[in-house]
Amino acid sequence: MKRNRRQFLQGGAALGAFAVAGFPHIWSKNADLAWAANGEIKVGVLFSLTGTTAIIEESLNKAAIMAIDEINAAGGINGRKLVAVIEDPASDPATFAEKARKLVLSDKCVSVFGSFTSASRKAVLPVFEKQKSLYWYPTLYEGRECSKNVIYGGAVPNQQQDDFIPWLVNKFGKRWYLIGSNYIYPKEENNYCKKLLKTLGAEVVAEEYVPLGHSEFSSVINKLKAEKPNVIFSTVVGDSVVALHRQYHAAGLDPANMPMASLTTSENEVAAMGGAAAAGHFTSAPYFMVWDSPENQKFVEAYKSRWGGDKVTQFVSEATYFQVHLFKQAVAKLAASDISPESIREAVKGEQYKAPQGLVKVEPENLHCWLRPKIGQCQPDGQFKILKQSADWLEPDPYKAYPNQKCTASGLKTI
Amino acid sequence: MDLIVSQILTGLSIASILMLIALGLAIIYGVTGVINLAHGEVVMLGAYCAWVLQTQFGLSLLVSLVPIFALLFVFGWIIEAVIIRHLYDRPLDTILATWGIGVMAQQAVRLLAGGELRYVEMPPSLSSSITIFGATESSYRLFVLVVAVGLFALTWYIYRKTSFGLKLRAITQNRSVASSFGVNSARIYRQTFAFGAGVAGLAGALVSPLKSVSPEMGTSYVVDAFMVVVLGGVQSLFGTMASSAILGELSGLLAFFSNDTIAKALVLLLIVVLIRFRPQGLFVTRVRS
Repeated sequence: MKRNRRQFLQGGAALGAFAVAGFPHIWSKNADLAWAANGEIKVGVLFSLTGTTAIIEESLNKAAIMAIDEINAAGGINGRKLVAVIEDPASDPATFAEKARKLVLSDKCVSVFGSFTSASRKAVLPVFEKQKSLYWYPTLYEGRECSKNVIYGGAVPNQQQDDFIPWLVNKFGKRWYLIGSNYIYPKEENNYCKKLLKTLGAEVVAEEYVPLGHSEFSSVINKLKAEKPNVIFSTVVGDSVVALHRQYHAAGLDPANMPMASLTTSENEVAAMGGAAAAGHFTSAPYFMVWDSPENQKFVEAYKSRWGGDKVTQFVSEATYFQVHLFKQAVAKLAASDISPESIREAVKGEQYKAPQGLVKVEPENLHCWLRPKIGQCQPDGQFKILKQSADWLEPDPYKAYPNQKCTASGLKTI
Repeated sequence: MDLIVSQILTGLSIASILMLIALGLAIIYGVTGVINLAHGEVVMLGAYCAWVLQTQFGLSLLVSLVPIFALLFVFGWIIEAVIIRHLYDRPLDTILATWGIGVMAQQAVRLLAGGELRYVEMPPSLSSSITIFGATESSYRLFVLVVAVGLFALTWYIYRKTSFGLKLRAITQNRSVASSFGVNSARIYRQTFAFGAGVAGLAGALVSPLKSVSPEMGTSYVVDAFMVVVLGGVQSLFGTMASSAILGELSGLLAFFSNDTIAKALVLLLIVVLIRFRPQGLFVTRVRS
């Protein structure tokens, strides 16, 4: 018995030493081309296809796949095909982290496109920072993040609100009611909004938060009737958007004198609430499906013909789409043996791409995107009418609400 | 004055939605003792039936209420006949089985209909608002209130005044003795379960124009339904009505004076405290034991 155990331990130690030494990887000739081996570049696609947020994340998945197929149909990147490794994290942040680890470590994806909720992004962030990989995050979010391993394609509060809030104060008035879902995104947006309103001399009559997924708004409607604000700044998300709009409409309130202004109501939510409940309210976003540009026409047509004539595109699926193309542009600049997450990050800094919303650029300092916010008013047919568009692209500043902090290329600096 | 009326109407509206959802569960749990964790999914299926009937067949919501009841009645019938009937003496197994049915139903709907939020149109005749004593309320919410009260009255009538109800009460008190009197308890259980499912489906259809239709909408409803039933007292229909009224008014009031997050937390706290001191619920059916 003793002899067997000793042999077992010795054998185990030898095996361990081999594995640690990297045999046989270290001897493989293709070690240099690890990220682009066999003429393929592997990228991960990490959007929920099941669960609560699948409602929107599956459209992001579709946009990413469509972009990848477009790039491959045009010959790939310098002749190398993109291979999408698709995982379904089922709307659960812990599963996001697990799948991210799998994509980076065992599938060896050089980049991963993923996440919609901030919770899922925060859950995968440690994986990408520790493994020094690259995460492409397409969704609008609350800012206050400065990671060297994430390329942010969505709008941050200053891009969404700098034009929107003053326009609304001018048009409707100074008494504002803030209502949001109870988590970090609405709280940060409201924080920024309150600062802007203060500089404009406007008043916040109430600020309240409802549980995520909450759908009973009759008390809120009563409060609105009692307070009579000029503008309702709504940062509720998901099911709550639809329920709030429908109950607002059913209660007979009028968007002409008490409109709802939102950053999250997209064509998806409008389709679910019906044109009647959506009409008259405002959304600020860098992209609307009706935006009239040749790139957008091509994008919408391709999306509808591939995934169904009843499908809609919105600001997050558009961002997913242009991020894949920015990735392609960055990788195209690199030699095959140079392809790695760090080199792609350096290559994409300052890259510009003619996205469906217009020309966008990756800001080298903080890896966010220069975007073109627009203000849309929803029409009874379910599409938006674009009332105002930014004259030029707007610089992203994820720490604008915190003047003593700035995100720079060498990390978060306190000024 | 109009604020008070507004608040009362709001509370009644929330209560009526709660009661509609809880009524099916009260019937099933009260009579058969089955803890039906798939109840929320039955509500969800009712909402999806409303959507399908509207988009595929162009039926307005009011017209489709009867077919929806019938469809979910059949669904409940099948579930009971295939699965539940084997598990009456095994409460833990019924919990597991009904939970499994719920999960399967949710995923089946997601596979067949997709995960997007779906739109059910509010009947145009009810889309306006009515002014009562100076307070405006959506006429659709008042309609839901009327339907909830009507369904409750119908259920109460069946339970108290028909021979079917008499047999139901007999089985609830003592199943084996009632069987020995010639009551076909298996068939009665099946009909009860099917009726409970039908009512739940109606609830889903009626709620859908006010909110949205998605595969996970049922999960939150089953929690609310159980709270109403447990607070009201099992086997008591009036208990269900009373507790939904109390919970509805309370959530409405608390949400008005603070916000919905605090209201939800306080209401849950209240239920816990009440159950601690009165575990049998508000209304108890006195049984000679």
